[in-house]
Amino acid sequence: MSKMSEKLYSLSALFENADSIINAANKVNKAGYKKYDIHTPYPVHGMDDAMGLEPSKIGYLTILLGLTGLTLITSFIYWINVIDYPQVIGGKPLFSLPAYIPIMFEVTILLGAVGTVAILLIFYFKFPNNSHPLHDTNYMKNVSSDKFGITIESTDEKFNIDEIKSLFSSLGASKIEEIYYEEETLNFNPTILDKKFIGGLIVIAVFTSFSAYMHLNKLLYLPPLDWMSKQPRLNAQSQSPVFADGFGMRTPVMGTVAKGFIPYQYKDNQADASQFMVNPLEVNERNLIIGKKKFLTFCSPCHGNLGNALSRLRGQYPVGPTLHSDKVKNWTDGDLYHVITVGQNVMPGYEKQITRDERWSIVLYIRSLQRAFNANEEDLK
Amino acid sequence: MSSNHDKQLDYNKTGKDLPASYSKVGFALLGVGLVLVLASFAVDSLRASFNSVLGFTLLLSIGVGSLFMVSLEYIAGAVWSTPFRRISENLSVLTLVAPILAIPIVLNMHSIYHWTHLEVVATDELLKFKQPYLNESFFYVRSAAFFVIMGLFYYVFISGSDKQDKTGDQSITKRNIIFSAPFMFIFAILISIMAIDYLMSLEPHWFSTIFGVYYFAGTFLSAIATLTLFVLYLKDKNLLPAAINKNHLYNLGALMFAFTAFWTYIAFSQFVLIWYANLPEETLWFIPRMHNGWEYLSIGIILVHFIIPFGLLIQRKAKMNPTRLKIAAFWILFAHIYDLYSLIMPTYSRINNHENITDGNGPQFGWFELAFPILVAGIVMVVFGIVSKNKPLIPIGDPKLQRGLDFHL
Repeated sequence: MSKMSEKLYSLSALFENADSIINAANKVNKAGYKKYDIHTPYPVHGMDDAMGLEPSKIGYLTILLGLTGLTLITSFIYWINVIDYPQVIGGKPLFSLPAYIPIMFEVTILLGAVGTVAILLIFYFKFPNNSHPLHDTNYMKNVSSDKFGITIESTDEKFNIDEIKSLFSSLGASKIEEIYYEEETLNFNPTILDKKFIGGLIVIAVFTSFSAYMHLNKLLYLPPLDWMSKQPRLNAQSQSPVFADGFGMRTPVMGTVAKGFIPYQYKDNQADASQFMVNPLEVNERNLIIGKKKFLTFCSPCHGNLGNALSRLRGQYPVGPTLHSDKVKNWTDGDLYHVITVGQNVMPGYEKQITRDERWSIVLYIRSLQRAFNANEEDLK
Repeated sequence: MSSNHDKQLDYNKTGKDLPASYSKVGFALLGVGLVLVLASFAVDSLRASFNSVLGFTLLLSIGVGSLFMVSLEYIAGAVWSTPFRRISENLSVLTLVAPILAIPIVLNMHSIYHWTHLEVVATDELLKFKQPYLNESFFYVRSAAFFVIMGLFYYVFISGSDKQDKTGDQSITKRNIIFSAPFMFIFAILISIMAIDYLMSLEPHWFSTIFGVYYFAGTFLSAIATLTLFVLYLKDKNLLPAAINKNHLYNLGALMFAFTAFWTYIAFSQFVLIWYANLPEETLWFIPRMHNGWEYLSIGIILVHFIIPFGLLIQRKAKMNPTRLKIAAFWILFAHIYDLYSLIMPTYSRINNHENITDGNGPQFGWFELAFPILVAGIVMVVFGIVSKNKPLIPIGDPKLQRGLDFHL
């Protein structure tokens, strides 16, 4: 079992059930051993008492880390929202605590948990060392399936192989075993910092970068792989030798009209629009719903939701006039359509944003608003 | 006691072994509470009626919370709490005692609940819409249904447990587990209904979908706190087996700790969504609680209901320390009363000042507010003393008992 190049780590014993391991832990603790550990396939209740363990102090570290996270994130949020980029959101104060509590909570937990794990790894496991003498031993294989193990380290002050062996046998251990390890695999030479490993990583990185570069910049431009990109056609936004100005992209010929599009013919002539334009849409629910939707989207910010000049922009823009004035009421549908299309005074034209039929739907909706504001007896029936 | 099962435990303590001082204190609290309650009704019946809502919901909390605890132990197969189950069982009788405290509410329906005024409802679109649910007769039907159903489940659980003391029949545990499953479901619905009816409908225009859970969180918390107090007291008087040790206390402390965090989570969820959306129909409940002195009460609840109990219980050794647990349990009960106060009393303030919410009418504290908590404390002690008289203080026939006593962390 023992080889000459290996050092003794500990003396271990396996037990068959949870009761005997509790008993063993108790006896070993009473016998005065300090450096020993228990390994069980599942948590055994009452083990802390049997081993005489004090509650761990790591909790204080965790709460400290958590509070650090809380402080950091609170200052960070404060810096973002109050100092660096102050912006009023939803009419709330710049520093509105309730909105930040979920984030503060999350970061508290995050830093507490991640920090605790990192500290455990570094201080107890001596990261980047990633091996332990118990790794890859029969003992570990047994205690991670169905046996209960105890192991007393050779650095314990009272360590004496014969005494411990007799103690273990008197406790009813099923198997007593010495555990050896190779010193150089531990701490002094962590595999993660091995020269070959690091060298391998560098070689892989250089090779990957080089081949990616060659592939994307050279290989794809060799025939026949370049046949697809080298076609006798003009690519978008590229120069053309055909035209004198060298532009590859051409504007359409004057007077070209898109399919289904009818240009507005009374652009500068409201009088004609007023006289000749007729609303081509029939009054039905569908058209009114479209009109209402478009009205609420495009018109209502200035003219108000009901067209009564109650703008919700609170005076930051010129308030649109009411659509219930006598002037607007006496306008023909053509007038309304004309103003929506080309604009009036500070109001811009909406030809680009709203299609022809939608503009007519808005006209219908404005008419329905006007009628609703001036409903007579008949309408109420 | 004649028994045909293998009884290893030598235990025969009942409620009769409670010290004489116990019933003295209990009856004294009951008497003082009763006098104060009657006096408060004589002096200012409006304020007293609102306090009666507080008293009723407080007693109900402890009662149904304990019944929930009993059923939770069955359904979860918990072992550590088996030795205390009899205490929870005895406390859950309070569910059936609670209707007594509902009497002053019923008598003062019209001064407490705005929606009972039919002429107001007729002119109020929102209340008219809610009328199919919020009307007096259906209110009584719901309350009656609550107590009947809870009474049935109480009978099922407790009669089985009592029978098991004598026979040690294991199938009773199985039967109670089966009944616990539907109970959980029905309990969730019924406790929400109670919370909506008695607490949320104080402001009938307001609604919050999480309100039932909010009340439940406080309910379970106060039930565990009461259970902890009884465990500590009985242990102090050597009425519980010596096997009940710090491991059991740790779990009680951990439950209080966990549900403190749960309550905070629910309370904050309710607040932050309403605060963020800032919709008038939802904020109307919080606005009176943020002005005229109520803001100190509302902000104080963070300290009272979260930071202090959280700090008291966060350490591992704090959960095992009887003194610390006692302080924490008393504090949690106080925090629950504080919570109920902040749910109920702003409405009193509004009604008392004739809807004038801007004119300095902050929270009022006085002997009025003490009357019902004292009465409830008296009821809890006296009822526990009476109910536990004829049965052992631990469920001696339960098959899980020995494992519960041997429980180790």
